[in-house]
Amino acid sequence: MPTRRETFGVGAATALALLARRARAADDDPWPSLAAQIFDGKPISSGADVLAIDAPYRAMDAALVPVDISILPGADGARRVRRLTLVVDANPSPLAAQFEFGADAGIDHLSTRVRVNDYTNIHAVAEMTDGALLAVSRFVKAAGGCSAPALTGTANAIPLGTMRWRLLPQKPDAPAGTREAQLMIRHPNYSGMQMNQLTRLYIPADFIQKLRIWQGDRPLLAVAGGISLSENPEFRFRFRPEGTAPFRADAEDSKGHRFHSEFPAAAV
Amino acid sequence: MDPANAGDIANLGVVVGGDAVAVIDTGGSVAVGAALRAAIRAITKVPIRYIINTHEHPDHVFGNAAFSDATFVGHHRLPAVLAERGPYYLQSYRDQLGPDEIAKVRIIPPGVLVQDESTLDLGGRVLHLRAAASPAHSHCDLAVLDAASSTLFAGDLLFVRHVPVLDGSLMGWLSLLRQLSATPALRAVPGHGRQVVAWPSGLADEQRYLATLAADARRLIAEGVPLGQAVARIDQAERGQWQLFDDYNPRNATAAYGELEWQ
Repeated sequence: MPTRRETFGVGAATALALLARRARAADDDPWPSLAAQIFDGKPISSGADVLAIDAPYRAMDAALVPVDISILPGADGARRVRRLTLVVDANPSPLAAQFEFGADAGIDHLSTRVRVNDYTNIHAVAEMTDGALLAVSRFVKAAGGCSAPALTGTANAIPLGTMRWRLLPQKPDAPAGTREAQLMIRHPNYSGMQMNQLTRLYIPADFIQKLRIWQGDRPLLAVAGGISLSENPEFRFRFRPEGTAPFRADAEDSKGHRFHSEFPAAAV
Repeated sequence: MDPANAGDIANLGVVVGGDAVAVIDTGGSVAVGAALRAAIRAITKVPIRYIINTHEHPDHVFGNAAFSDATFVGHHRLPAVLAERGPYYLQSYRDQLGPDEIAKVRIIPPGVLVQDESTLDLGGRVLHLRAAASPAHSHCDLAVLDAASSTLFAGDLLFVRHVPVLDGSLMGWLSLLRQLSATPALRAVPGHGRQVVAWPSGLADEQRYLATLAADARRLIAEGVPLGQAVARIDQAERGQWQLFDDYNPRNATAAYGELEWQ
């Protein structure tokens, strides 16, 4: 049963869009009212001691803007990050994704790619295990990312929902016992704002709504996604693999298609 | 494009036949198109009958309104692409051209569509038109061969000195260039940069740039370097070989990475 926060249906997106527009009319910064809506009015503190967010100041492709979030060393201890929310403030559907971290997954780094429709702040909000909300943000100059036409690359020939998983080569500066993983899903992630070039009709929104990644029965990462995630969603995260159980991933798009893949852990 | 150059950044072509003139691209503003029209009138009385647009980009089609009485010719996908992107172009180029110039621009789609290959008879002089089957530089590239002068009007399928700009498909573009290089022509008119180059030798720099773009992107993808960090490391050997490198190479690198990571 999804909680309110995990609901990414078009209704929620529309409500947030209206909210964003109203907020902009009253004040140039949509964040205070967006934050109040998404986090039920709970106080949010600066997360600069716990989190770092990186994104290009001027995006090269507004439909493919990399966003990188690190949890700073020492942030763990008595409390850890339980959930991370990514908000593209000025987008028609600002709530881009929520990431739920597995309790013992040890995730301390996460990146994905978003669509950016207008000059905007991108906020990352960490919900700690003690309930505290901590936010950091980054300003990005880009426009038109939500309505940009779909990519024309080689991926188009690959079946919908195909997943690719990679355990990336260990970097020399990475903490012992950690690995970086990449999961890509072939999906157009239609925003509902893109036009079919032949019919000149808008393509209905159709996007990856849920994704869960496990090693064996150990949950690593769960993602609730919206239309602000880029086409062919990509997620990278640094975590602590354990043992030889295979990795598996389940995904579901907003039309109810389900996708499942398994990947051997041999390379760990 | 900016107010200082009034959108006059692309190479434009004119072919004069026995009873018709064909114009290949009209420039990035109506002022550029009107100046081209005046220049044609100074050399011939033959009517300007055909306006061929090589693809959808503003610096090639914004001058169309200066020739609104002519027949427009383009790739069969050009009307759809213009319908989709035209309003966005008018909005986003307002600052570059200024409000007066942008107000004059009309998005005029072609009435004569080229499916694959086609010809235009200008009266004793025949132009051969070839529509790209799939995205290359753009989503609807069209090349024009004037056999009489052995000249290929390549549009933006060919950049010389001006760094190539990728807005279609890197693999599609490289593959199309291999076919296009067999076009029987002695010279080519690129979309940007020098006005005329020898053909096909004038293609070598662009092919090298695009092949390096693909090779670098593939290598960094294989090494697991994320998009955000890869962009500044792609095609750096080409820096110094091209004008406007820093304006367009990061975009090209981003597009190449996005296209190739699923290969």
